[in-house]
Amino acid sequence: MNLPIYMDNASTTRTDPRVVEAMLPFFTETYGNSASRNHAFGWAAEAGVDRAREQAASLIGAGPKEIVWTSGATESNNLAIKGAAQMYAKAPMGEQGRGHIITCIIEHKAVLDPCKRLEREGFDVTYLEPGSDGIVTADLVRAAMRDDTILVTIMWANNEIGTINDIPSIGAVCREHGAVFHTDATQWVGKMPTDVERDNVDLMSWSGHKIYGPGGVGALYVRRRRPRVRLQAQIDGGGHERGMRSGTLNVPGIVGFGAACEICENEMESERERLLALRLKLENGLKGLMDVVEVNGHAERRLPHLTNISFGFVEGESLMMGIKDIACSSGSACTSASLEPSYVLKGLGLGDELAHSSLRLSLGRWSTEEEVDFAIKSIHEAVEHLRALSPLYDLHNEGIDITKIEWQSH
Amino acid sequence: MAYSEKVIDHYQNPRNVGSFGASSDVKERKDVGVGIVGAPECGDVMQLQIRVGDDGLIEDAKFKCFGCGSAIASSSLATEWIKGKSVDEALEIKNTRIVEELSLPPVKIHCSVLAEDSIRTAIEDYKRKNGELDESDHTHAH
Repeated sequence: MNLPIYMDNASTTRTDPRVVEAMLPFFTETYGNSASRNHAFGWAAEAGVDRAREQAASLIGAGPKEIVWTSGATESNNLAIKGAAQMYAKAPMGEQGRGHIITCIIEHKAVLDPCKRLEREGFDVTYLEPGSDGIVTADLVRAAMRDDTILVTIMWANNEIGTINDIPSIGAVCREHGAVFHTDATQWVGKMPTDVERDNVDLMSWSGHKIYGPGGVGALYVRRRRPRVRLQAQIDGGGHERGMRSGTLNVPGIVGFGAACEICENEMESERERLLALRLKLENGLKGLMDVVEVNGHAERRLPHLTNISFGFVEGESLMMGIKDIACSSGSACTSASLEPSYVLKGLGLGDELAHSSLRLSLGRWSTEEEVDFAIKSIHEAVEHLRALSPLYDLHNEGIDITKIEWQSH
Repeated sequence: MAYSEKVIDHYQNPRNVGSFGASSDVKERKDVGVGIVGAPECGDVMQLQIRVGDDGLIEDAKFKCFGCGSAIASSSLATEWIKGKSVDEALEIKNTRIVEELSLPPVKIHCSVLAEDSIRTAIEDYKRKNGELDESDHTHAH
């Protein structure tokens, strides 16, 4: 086992060497512009892109013509949300009452910020609040539906806590009401079985670097039939990607994206089970060694490879300092000047003291049982070290409820 | 974020960790002053206890801290600096000296402010218990 160990696969993943292998010829040999229609270099590049389109479509049960290449999930989300809102707007730019959009408070910023921009541009946005389990249900969406609802955007799985929303049922509600349904599936696709037909999805974003593919390349699924979904382009130019996203295609990146999708499709079943067993070992190992350890989000409806755990009475950033051989994320944003704990954890109604005390550990294709054992041991040691320093742990042990104390906050 | 070597040293080997007893026990002790500043929702809580001798010198100091590495280092350093000083000398310690000593970056200056506040609050507590402080002099932590 080499140190440090990598447990931050929800941030990005190692590119699979098989993916790199597939990409390499497209840098130095098959280097044509896929839009060059009149020579062999262009045709060869286009063939690579077409194959990748099929690989990506196959992973999600779509047709190859329903895949639009982008620079990543952030761009896919922007194109889907702004593009659909502008296309289906009920009033022209500059007017109010342009239409209603439904999203959720614990979405990624790449969804929330486009929604906030649309709000400033005359759209109404409802931000659903999930319960303490972090799940957005179809009933929540149904209750928020209005006659002028044009778009619903709800993530498939949450990036911080790994909770899984009931996308097929939410999609059915949207279809009933005639609203376009977009899902940010960045943490879901490639890890879990996806079928846009069965799951009632109209628009879906995902990215290459979360599925052991290259960074800087993403895809947006855009439904073509029953119903056909149209989008207002956000990047204008040469009319690539059927006019929805102009710009010369990143051929090696797209080829890598396709290869990554194919590997995920082939290995998903066994990998899911392996990762779930490792995650349960990690969670149960930590809970068995210490008191006041909480796994955040719904107990079962969570991604197999991701866990978000709060260690009471210990501050997240100092905990990270004590586990320097484990690469992971802290739920505390204390590294910024804001001192704000994660808006996702706060969105679940988690007390600030627990929201400040969390780690996000995300396993991946190269995670091993030995690494999980190492993580349990070093997190345990760091938490014990910090609890010995923690005035809050003393109060807890004296039977005092720290939430009942009047703190002199700054 | 990269931490200075001194912050890492205080984090790994904190000085003077502990207390002179549970909060209910030290409440009545006239030779002990307690300062608790910060709040869990801000991600920092510092607890400083001082034990003052008959000669007015701080004989011993103990801290506990819930917070980031810089907060732990600031409070650990504060205990080292105030030991052996008179209470009035200890009040002279400014947060800027802590910032310099630990090479704290701008986003961590609040940790040093908290450490300074904990010293002042503990000394005020000691003085109040010994009738040396007018209630009107008492300044609330901001």
